[in-house]
Amino acid sequence: MRITTVRRISQIFFFVLFVWFCIASTFGQSFWQLRNWPVNWFLQLDPLVGLGTILTTHTLYSGLLWGVATVALTLLLGRFFCGWLCPFGAMHHFIGYLGSLGRSAREKITVNRYMGSQRIKYYILLILLAPAAGALLVNIADSSEQNPLLIAGIICILAIAMAVSRRADPLTRRSLSVFFGLAAFWAAAGYFLKLDGAVSASLMTGLLDPIPLVYRSVNFLLLPFADSSFHLISAAQRHYEGAWLTASIFLAALFLNLAIPRFYCRFVCPLGALYGVFGRYALWRIGKKTAECSQCRLCDSRCEGACDPAGRIRINECVLCMNCLYTCNDELIGYNMFRSASGEIVAPDLSRRGFVAASVCAIAAVPMMRIDGRLGQNYDPALIRPPGALPEPDFLNRCIKCGQCARVCPTNVIQPDIKRAGIEGLWTPALNMRTGSSGCQMNCTACSHICPTAAIRPISLDEKLGRGAFEKTGLIRIGTAFVDRSRCLPWAMDKPCIVCQENCPVSPKAIFVKESFATVRNGNLDRAKISGASVLLSDPVLQPDRFGTGDFFVLVESGGISVRTRILSNSQNSIILESRVPPELNTSDLKRIALQVRLQAPQVDPERCIGCGICEHECPVSGLRAIRVSAEGESRHKKHSLLLK
Amino acid sequence: MTKISKGTPPRPEIDRRDFLIRSAKAGIAVAAAGALGYFLYDPIGPGAPVEKSSIALPDFSIPEAGKKIAIATGEDRVKTVNAALKALGGIESYVKRGDRVLIKVNAAFATPPSLCATTNPELLAEVTRLCLRAGAASVAVTDNPINDPESCFALSGIAEAAQSSGANLIIPRESLFTNVTVPGSDLIRNWPVLYGAFQGATKLIGIAPVKDHHRSGASMSMKNWYGFAGGRRNIFHQDIHTFIKDLALMVKPTFVILDGTFAMISNGPTGGSVSDLKQTNTMIVSTDQVAADSAGVALLGKTPADLPFIAKAEQAGAGTSNFESLSPFRVSTG
Repeated sequence: MRITTVRRISQIFFFVLFVWFCIASTFGQSFWQLRNWPVNWFLQLDPLVGLGTILTTHTLYSGLLWGVATVALTLLLGRFFCGWLCPFGAMHHFIGYLGSLGRSAREKITVNRYMGSQRIKYYILLILLAPAAGALLVNIADSSEQNPLLIAGIICILAIAMAVSRRADPLTRRSLSVFFGLAAFWAAAGYFLKLDGAVSASLMTGLLDPIPLVYRSVNFLLLPFADSSFHLISAAQRHYEGAWLTASIFLAALFLNLAIPRFYCRFVCPLGALYGVFGRYALWRIGKKTAECSQCRLCDSRCEGACDPAGRIRINECVLCMNCLYTCNDELIGYNMFRSASGEIVAPDLSRRGFVAASVCAIAAVPMMRIDGRLGQNYDPALIRPPGALPEPDFLNRCIKCGQCARVCPTNVIQPDIKRAGIEGLWTPALNMRTGSSGCQMNCTACSHICPTAAIRPISLDEKLGRGAFEKTGLIRIGTAFVDRSRCLPWAMDKPCIVCQENCPVSPKAIFVKESFATVRNGNLDRAKISGASVLLSDPVLQPDRFGTGDFFVLVESGGISVRTRILSNSQNSIILESRVPPELNTSDLKRIALQVRLQAPQVDPERCIGCGICEHECPVSGLRAIRVSAEGESRHKKHSLLLK
Repeated sequence: MTKISKGTPPRPEIDRRDFLIRSAKAGIAVAAAGALGYFLYDPIGPGAPVEKSSIALPDFSIPEAGKKIAIATGEDRVKTVNAALKALGGIESYVKRGDRVLIKVNAAFATPPSLCATTNPELLAEVTRLCLRAGAASVAVTDNPINDPESCFALSGIAEAAQSSGANLIIPRESLFTNVTVPGSDLIRNWPVLYGAFQGATKLIGIAPVKDHHRSGASMSMKNWYGFAGGRRNIFHQDIHTFIKDLALMVKPTFVILDGTFAMISNGPTGGSVSDLKQTNTMIVSTDQVAADSAGVALLGKTPADLPFIAKAEQAGAGTSNFESLSPFRVSTG
């Protein structure tokens, strides 16, 4: 069997496995639903997730250890991930193949030639990673305040790194010194100026990292679309905010393959760029056995990486598609331990100016994004994060925008945000109580356990509800519900309702009611004659049956006695009461009565409210709800607390 | 004015054949555009939206069985429900061979069975088994819960109980809802109802727990039909007593089972803590839903007069609030 056939089998296998994981991320008990399926496995294999979170958090969370295996294999084999495993890569590969169907050999050779703009992806990688790296040094500077030995150690390490890099090629050396210089500059700025929060970490890789991108694209677009007529995955149609943005990027990435095969992989993919950097050390590599060949360029015709196998092969661009092994008529190309006889180019094609510009822009981007103060007093109260989410700066240090939390959420209340959290928080999870089936379910911690980077840290039900060992620390609030008295039916319009109180899942309920009786409009009637359980009016002013709902009462006040009796039914000029009024009020003279409605007006007890939003979801004021959850009181931010304790 | 040229400038010859073909094509295109415009012409524009004609639900009651009520006491739901059904003549009097039974449970909330906010799964399984033993061709279980439907059925143990006892679970989906108008009702006019669940059903049994309900006073058999309603049904809370009366007119069950083994006496209808419950050891089975609720309300320490919807339902002809007039069968399972 040809190695390219093995590669195709591998691509199909991992693509199917990926789709299977997306389907299996469904909350439930069946074999095909979320049980022990390693649904995050592709995200965990992605070393850009691991590296990014190491830079921002200095730890490698749980399953992200898989990234070490990917790096190790890349160091041995080259960019096998791109050509053999990546599900997004497989899609590009297939669509690129469709695009090539009508092309002549000459045209195929043309579209697969190396292009200088393939260097863009290295800049993208740099732009996405640099903010995280700059912050690492800020942290080191901070901790060195307590421990001078640490800073001495760091200086030693840097000195050694510089010394070692003197032996590297001039471009690498220059790049390294610029990079360290810039990082040190920002670290120093952060150290001396104390720009609290302005100079800090931000994990931006998720914006274009292909694995989170393909996860969210499949989960937010393809699955809900495919399931909309079958409803096998969820009974109700799933909705995801900002689908237009997700779709534009995903579809653009796919259709660009028709113009240039593997467009995303060659020009955009920051993960491919990272593999390209590692790939230079690969033990095995594609190369020519002899330097001389006919230069027919047929090897370019199906070259996926556009890595110039006939000339000085660009090892960092090669995705190991292995096609050149078979397109070379003279069988000169192989996958070997020796370097190509025609020579190699192993380093990314970066210019010094470009490197400097990208790094400066990227590191400066974080303070630019945060100067609006959204991480401080200007926080958006509509941004409700899932229970277990870390404080916002820590959250942004970890969230890779993969959307797994929104995918697994059984009620579809978690949405990929595109409007509340700014560009830094694009596609990060935010709760929209109006979407989905019922707010944030009390007995559920699914999102915290699926999160691959612990941006939503894993919590137990006991911790969420403040039970058992967590009785002292208290439950986890994600916000607090506020009654909008200008829209609430009982408060604003004297209409009975209290749907919110009914649905409050906390025991005792966080929503309680204040009972009152309000005189209805034109409800003061002057000339009423009361006898027993009936009232006769002189004028036919009532709408028949309107007051017989069980919620209306007649108030009679006379001589210091006041009696309120429920109305059973009414006609235009008579009212039947549930019980007889006391005889002392039964007189033949005309009395003044008041028609009243019994109201139960909802009120939130902020000590009990957990912010689950079921009240907001159920509120019958369907547009702008009359009870709404906002971020005040959320447990993750002490600064947002509402109460004294 | 300056003349640029004198005489007629030379121009290309018109080819007759080409001219005729082009004229014909243009003529056809103009005719087609004209015809399309003529056929699609609408001089009036859209009128006010027309409501779709709607349907009523079937009647599942068995007139010859009469109005009966049985009140069984005991701790074990399986024993009490069997004893109560036996007192009413056995399930065979209601479920015949080949019947397709629909059971309406209360699965409103995603809470475990121990909190008694939803229909007890053991009770559901037992009733399903009894129906199948009596020869029912199929048993279906449904509700349109308040919380996420799939989570509700799973967490309440209802999905598991239905599956293990041989019933099909009907999860409400958009396509199952149809606009229904209830004759004689005040509020249910062209309102989406879980009509799809009734397709093919020949018998209907309601199984509801006894719960405190702040707005209506109590949630029992009649209030349980709220779970057949779809749409933004919460607006009916504005006039909940009338709505519950309408529900009792809309749904004519074969019989109802009101489970008062535990009554949720506070914090209803969600509950959330076992301290909201009181053990009341009562199981009520009745062919008259108004009578069942009138008997059950005592478990909450209230009287039928405290719940305006009972008087309303009685007045509308849905049943009697004077359950003693039906000479209840009182049985004890010890």
